[in-house]
Amino acid sequence: MSAPEPNAAASLRLPMRFGVKYWAPPLAVAVLIIGLWYFVSYIFLDPSRSYLLPPPHEVLAAYWDPAFGPDMFVALWNTARVALTGLLIAIALGVSWAITMNQATWVERSLYPYAVILQTIPILALVPLIGFWFGFDFTARVIVTILIALFPMVSNTLFGLKSVEKGHMELFALQHAGAWVMLRKLQLPAALPAMFTGMRISAGLAVVGAIVGDFFFQRGTPGVGALIAKFQARLNAEPLFASILLASVFGIVVFWFFGWLAKRVIGRWHGPI
Amino acid sequence: MPKPSTVTPEVEPHAALLDFKGVQLTYPGGTVALSGVDLTVRRGEFVSVVGPSGCGKSTLLRIASGLETATEGEMKVATDHVGYVFQDATLLPWRDVQGNVELLAELREHGKADRKAAAKEAIDLVNLTGFEKHLPRQLSGGMRMRVSLARSLTMDPELFLFDEPFGALDEITREYLNDELLRLFVEKNFAGLFITHSVSEAVYLSTKVVVMSGRPGRIVGEFDVPWPMPRDPEIRYTAEYAALVGEVSHALREGIDA
Repeated sequence: MSAPEPNAAASLRLPMRFGVKYWAPPLAVAVLIIGLWYFVSYIFLDPSRSYLLPPPHEVLAAYWDPAFGPDMFVALWNTARVALTGLLIAIALGVSWAITMNQATWVERSLYPYAVILQTIPILALVPLIGFWFGFDFTARVIVTILIALFPMVSNTLFGLKSVEKGHMELFALQHAGAWVMLRKLQLPAALPAMFTGMRISAGLAVVGAIVGDFFFQRGTPGVGALIAKFQARLNAEPLFASILLASVFGIVVFWFFGWLAKRVIGRWHGPI
Repeated sequence: MPKPSTVTPEVEPHAALLDFKGVQLTYPGGTVALSGVDLTVRRGEFVSVVGPSGCGKSTLLRIASGLETATEGEMKVATDHVGYVFQDATLLPWRDVQGNVELLAELREHGKADRKAAAKEAIDLVNLTGFEKHLPRQLSGGMRMRVSLARSLTMDPELFLFDEPFGALDEITREYLNDELLRLFVEKNFAGLFITHSVSEAVYLSTKVVVMSGRPGRIVGEFDVPWPMPRDPEIRYTAEYAALVGEVSHALREGIDA
């Protein structure tokens, strides 16, 4: 008997991800946006009002300005510490919460409403209370971040755990696999794609949470949010824009990191070939 | 968890490995899925069950495997070594062929060396040597089904249950896998219970074909298939084969009308 048809080799090749076709469209949009920015700064705005939108190169120059640059990077470091600590705790907590709910229907029924409440109450309204209880420093900021970033982790993980095919469950049941083996070898791997979706959403929210914490807790170690508020109050346009840009780039990097991680961990078997 | 026996139990040549006596399954809602089913499958027998869709033929298999329990009657399985092949290949997409084939032994907590040896033999048996590192999504439907077969083969099955395994495959692949399955049957001498909705597949593969009626599923006909194993593929183009397929088809139609 001859070997089976090997149509497999072709699918092992990676797609052309780094060609001109891949980079050109977003690059064109970036050029367009920067062009528009210059247009507004120099032509649209009256020179007396140009502080409303300083041109890009002046914004970038603020990073090298000794009066602002060092402060901005220290603030970014503070924000990053809060966001990443909060995110990691939110991921651990969210995954545990979802796994717990997935053990039995009655547990899910008992706990799911609280996950939804977490999502629906205006967390901003709770922030002063958190400051009241936990002070205005690192801990309080991390708690705010967790509250904001937790729900997508819970709901996506739960969705992933529930997406396990019935046939797979039966396959394991036929071998009398216990709950722990089932979780480790079937449910968690099957839930990974949904968990990574959750992580990307939560990562973005964690950055938001860390900056929101700053707006409320001006004391303690100020992050980018506090800096933005300060520059705004003083009408320091260039460093204001530079800080906003820094926060945005940080958010993008975190989001991109989880996309990259997902591709590394599950890209082999999930998603486009 | 007690370790399942690693010693093959001594079973006499023609012992009944699966025995249904008056088996009935009534669902909590009152729907009767199966009624009064008597069926015995012995070592060296390959029994196919054909019936209209929804007649409970898959339920029969689920009861045999222990996934469901009969509400009346008796069901006995005389071996620990039961293979079960699902309608879909049910491979874990994150495991390569090797990992998928090793899964069952892994779940039964067999040692790593044992697992590897059993997987190698099984992959060999289904002619997939060289594809160990491939992921399910890199394989064709027929190849995935062969991985699924290999996975069950690591159980060293004495009783092999098949739930319409080739139903989703094209005709050419299906015929090819039918021959593969017959080769395995001759080589391994297990007892086979095969659910299908294809009468010609049932006749070609089996030593006995059982016909079931529409719901509630009852056995309305049994046909012995006389040709010896290993079966000559040319048998499919003879008049005797066509005649037997015709007989079974008639019984099937009467069962639906009844």
